[in-house]
Amino acid sequence: MIWFILRRAGAASIVLFLASVMIFLGIRALPGDPAVAMAGEEATPEAVAAIRAQYGLDQPLPVQYADYVTQTLTGNLGRSTQDKLPVADILAQRLPVTLELAAIAIVIAVTIGLLAGIVAAVQSGRFFDYVANAIGLVGLSVPHFWLGLLAILLFSVTLRWLPASGYVPFSEDPAGNLQRMLLPAVVLGTGFAAALMRQTRSAMLGALTADYVRTARSKGLSERKVVAVHALRNSLTTVVTVLGLQLGVLISGAVVTEQIFVIPGFGKLTVDAVLTRNYPVIQAVVLVVVVGYVLINLLVDIAYAALNPRIRFGGGADG
Amino acid sequence: MTGARTAPNGDGPLLDITGLAVDFDTEDGVVHAVKGVDLSLGAGEILALCGESGCGKSVTAMSIPGLLPRGARISGSVKLEGRELTTLPARALRDVRGKEISMVFQEPMTSLNPSFTVGYQLGEVLRRHEGMSRGQARARSVELLDLVGIPAPDRRIKEYPHQLSGGMRQRVMIAIAVACSPKVLIADEPTTALDVTIQAGVLDVFRDLRDRLGTAIILITHDLSVVADIADRAIVMYAGRAVEQAPVTELFARPRHPYTMGLMKALPAAVTAAGVGERPRLAEIPGMVPTPMTDPDECAFQPRCPRAEPDCTASRPILEKAVSESPADGHTVACFHPLEGEGR
Amino acid sequence: MAEQVVERPAAPVSPGERGRLWRRFRRRPMPMTGLVLVVAFLVLALAGPMLTRDPSAQDYNAIMMPSSGAHPLGTDDLGRDALARIASGARISLQAGLLSTLLALTVGIPIGLVAGFYRRWLDPVVMRLVDVVLAFPFLVFAVGLAAILGPSLRGVVLALSFIQLPQVIRITRGEVLAAREMDYVAAAIADGSTDGHILARYILPNCAGPLIVQATVAIPIAIIGEATLSFLGLGVQPPTPSWGVMLTTAQQYLDQAPWLAIWPGVMIALATLGFNLLGDGLRDVLDPRSGT
Repeated sequence: MIWFILRRAGAASIVLFLASVMIFLGIRALPGDPAVAMAGEEATPEAVAAIRAQYGLDQPLPVQYADYVTQTLTGNLGRSTQDKLPVADILAQRLPVTLELAAIAIVIAVTIGLLAGIVAAVQSGRFFDYVANAIGLVGLSVPHFWLGLLAILLFSVTLRWLPASGYVPFSEDPAGNLQRMLLPAVVLGTGFAAALMRQTRSAMLGALTADYVRTARSKGLSERKVVAVHALRNSLTTVVTVLGLQLGVLISGAVVTEQIFVIPGFGKLTVDAVLTRNYPVIQAVVLVVVVGYVLINLLVDIAYAALNPRIRFGGGADG
Repeated sequence: MTGARTAPNGDGPLLDITGLAVDFDTEDGVVHAVKGVDLSLGAGEILALCGESGCGKSVTAMSIPGLLPRGARISGSVKLEGRELTTLPARALRDVRGKEISMVFQEPMTSLNPSFTVGYQLGEVLRRHEGMSRGQARARSVELLDLVGIPAPDRRIKEYPHQLSGGMRQRVMIAIAVACSPKVLIADEPTTALDVTIQAGVLDVFRDLRDRLGTAIILITHDLSVVADIADRAIVMYAGRAVEQAPVTELFARPRHPYTMGLMKALPAAVTAAGVGERPRLAEIPGMVPTPMTDPDECAFQPRCPRAEPDCTASRPILEKAVSESPADGHTVACFHPLEGEGR
Repeated sequence: MAEQVVERPAAPVSPGERGRLWRRFRRRPMPMTGLVLVVAFLVLALAGPMLTRDPSAQDYNAIMMPSSGAHPLGTDDLGRDALARIASGARISLQAGLLSTLLALTVGIPIGLVAGFYRRWLDPVVMRLVDVVLAFPFLVFAVGLAAILGPSLRGVVLALSFIQLPQVIRITRGEVLAAREMDYVAAAIADGSTDGHILARYILPNCAGPLIVQATVAIPIAIIGEATLSFLGLGVQPPTPSWGVMLTTAQQYLDQAPWLAIWPGVMIALATLGFNLLGDGLRDVLDPRSGT
């Protein structure tokens, strides 16, 4: 198990290294003078010179890269060209908002997706299965942002149950925070729940016809135990895999959802940064996403191994 | 061993199956997998159900404890000590499974759950039916693994299936099956996936269990060498029906049905004596097994039969007492032109 | 990286088998619904703009009018006909979906073929790069490209095709590895056929089934991707009538003109649903070993 984690961590570091090179080169592939681009179009020549010196843009590329890595690792991500605040501070302020949104969305999605997938598999070919499949397909086919618009149209404009947008920090008003986060989280979690439902159903269908499930039935176990213990345990690896694969979708979805519900999170920061060509922020945002993505995938791999005794204990008596 | 011994209560055989038929609804129509099988099993008896794949022997076995997949329609009667199982409510049937009737399947590689330890999967059945605590189940599990010949059982119990060899896994399956001292053990091709040497060891475990615990065993196999090795009595099935039934020594000495004869000709000569040998393939009878979609009123084997006469297509032969000069009774055959018991 | 669920190889489809596959496909209601939706989408995208009004014509006498005889789906904030803009938007969606998928196939298939066929040093390098690309979520590419190229349909198509590349390469490579083990490929190698001939004649046809399935999965993702980027202002720019752009406008007038928010979304959902249903059906038929 230790070796497995080390191997995976090694592979993840290679990916991170290559990704950091790509981000580094990406900024330098910008048309025109990167110093001007990073300082902003209306920046003074002094500001441009300061950026050039700060990023060492007159140095050879390898030196620049080494410098970039050192700066990044010490938490210096540069300053935003809009409000001149340190990018690290902006991230520290924005990230928790998005993480809360994503966490609520994942909890909702896993609860609904897993349960619906299990029931659909057990009831395969019957009414619930058809309904769950239909809803799942629609859920996959509807883009986040339209779902968000419809939700606002229904719950805020027509029914006036929930505020359309706005954000209150959890520390100031927990109830108000959750009330405003609920709708965006449901919107964000829908596609995820649909994907999870379909994958869980398919994995459970496979598990329910497996020989070991027949064995469990032949032991006289209750159907609930056969499904919830024997079949589900072997389907959980699928759930974990889907979690990993859906992460990118979740990140994109968070960006869109924050834009619609005007939540001052990481995603809104990203879009605003691109629209204002705020390159230091763009660079940092991309880096954060890639690092987060690689780390979470690493966790997914470890969870995958923890669920699978074959990996946990290495090879068996007969390989 | 002659015929079915009676159950301890004396009312009849331990397990009594009459007119069992199983249909499956599939996308392509109704498949008649089993078309009417009568079978009885005495206490402590080892009965072999044999025939080519697709003859309905596995479906027959699975229908006894009600383990057929959804979409299967079952008719006829399955009685365990006089109690009808086919109409039993699901809950009551689950009390029978693993306790009074238990099963061992063909694929030891996939029949154990890869995510749980051997001890958990063995203890599960004890806790379910014997109301044991985890500690009691653990202690009993070690004994059971020892019983089926697994060395160092207290260590093995903590291992996962992938850490065991195929033969070991099949012994674990048998330990699970006999954990609650069932009256009937159904073993579906239990040795087919195993090497010949390991096969003999597993068969010894079955024989030993019958001798020590008095468990009656239904052994499903396509392998006549296994039948010769271990069974007391055998039923040969073809296209969803029994075509011949006899004590094993009688069957091997005087096969009556041309199909049984065909199966035996596919066997190496040494097998009947030694019980082991090269595993024969049964596909050496020319022709194809008829489709299970239709069921014409004729002998199903006649298209492949060297002894077929015009009357074989006129109606279907039923299982009747064979005309035999031998003292061994209970030899029945479904054929209009059976062999005259000349042996082989 | 998490284990990807890679499609298992499907048996090559012989012409004689095609009729049987079609009958199996036709009997299922869901894929047929998908086929109808996809065909309707194609007709709308290809013929629609010719049959409707000028999508850019502004009419200040008919601003944000609900559905009427002259404007079946109403008009937007500049008095433009919503139906005409829907039809033109279908064209943008189709372009984004088809071009990005075709680009990914054009680039990915040769890479996958070569990596799988020659193995050696090339294969691990390609697969490691695939891992790196997979480490970037889609939006990062889109954001990066929008930052470099400026927001445009071109940037959207490039970003969308880039994220499809890893799957195309993996599937093609997997099929090549499987096909290499086949007797007929071994025989062709023994015959002294050229590598190019073996790849084109024997191995490429094997990849067709899984790649078609992959394309039907990728196209709806691309359609949603284009709409999403355009909605955020990172893709197609106004006044070009993309469905995403239309929804950006709709969001501003949610109180006054809710119908503007309905139709573009319904179109996106139907087009995507159509491809998803079709894809599920094709997978069942062409690639029965992989689950849904």
